[in-house]
Amino acid sequence: MSWKKALIPLACVPVIILLAYGFWTDPRAIPSPLVEKAAPNFKITVYDGRDLSLDSLKGRPVVLNFWASWCYPACYEEAPLLETTWRKYREQGLTMVGVAIRDKEATAREFMRRFNFTFPNGPDPGSKISIDYGVYGVPETFFIDRQGRIAYKHVGVLTPGLMETKLRAILKES
Amino acid sequence: MRIRGRMHRDTSTARERSGRLAVLMVLAAMIPLAGVATPAVGVASPDLEEKVREIASELRCVVCQNLSVADSPSDLAKEMRNLVRELVEQGKSREEIQAYFQSRYGDFVLLEPPKRGFNLLVWGLPFVALLVGACGVYLVARRWTERREPVAPLVDPGLLERVRRELREREGSGRS
Repeated sequence: MSWKKALIPLACVPVIILLAYGFWTDPRAIPSPLVEKAAPNFKITVYDGRDLSLDSLKGRPVVLNFWASWCYPACYEEAPLLETTWRKYREQGLTMVGVAIRDKEATAREFMRRFNFTFPNGPDPGSKISIDYGVYGVPETFFIDRQGRIAYKHVGVLTPGLMETKLRAILKES
Repeated sequence: MRIRGRMHRDTSTARERSGRLAVLMVLAAMIPLAGVATPAVGVASPDLEEKVREIASELRCVVCQNLSVADSPSDLAKEMRNLVRELVEQGKSREEIQAYFQSRYGDFVLLEPPKRGFNLLVWGLPFVALLVGACGVYLVARRWTERREPVAPLVDPGLLERVRRELREREGSGRS
């Protein structure tokens, strides 16, 4: 009859394993199936009128950031870091592209003026680029390496430390 | 003067009436034209809309709480619906469209998770739990029916016999 007594603790084992899996998994982490895969090409007409596509940036590391002027306070907290990073690493070949999601042109331009954005930014009519990149919300940032692969995707506000680490990874590859 | 004035008013009223009648006739003549023109203005065919709705109802609105792309009023869902419509118009099949969204958002975008890998737990666990529960109920029920032992008497039989004997003796002495 001892096996019957052991049955209840044994039945608890899979439940405990399932609970442990649940507790160890970050419920806010949203895995992207695009990471480690080729970044989808995009074409964007930036606010200064130029046309830009990912294909034209081949061989260069790219930071693709999705933002919106209505995304307060997250995008407002992140914006200065984007501009300082761009200024710091542009000489090393970095390209930073900003995509304004579901934004009005006037408010998007005001946002860019406020944070002195000098890197190319453009709208995303119909959210085509956002959907193609599996974007859930703003801000979201994609680090694309020189081979055109998405090396990392970050959801939420980037910290300076994380930005440095991920940038170095895509800059060093030749 | 009054008469002339009145006549003038009467003639102007008659003119207004005929003018209104002409406008109404022109508008009435335009009704069938409007009916013909409506579909050409860009309203999608019911079949296309039905197919879009069918596909969108299987996709999760990624910024909502358990709402499909077809049912969600959010901007992103609206744009996803538009994209589904575009892909359907391009001749893409339901599976191809689902695969596209899955390649961008992962399995999460599908309201019905695919039956593979860890997802199998979601599909299989309820049946396993049901089976285990049924086995448990069966075992307990069997134990109850098989192990029904005679109920132990609450009072010591010796004592009971003594009480009965004494009662009989008392009844006997009472009668005599």
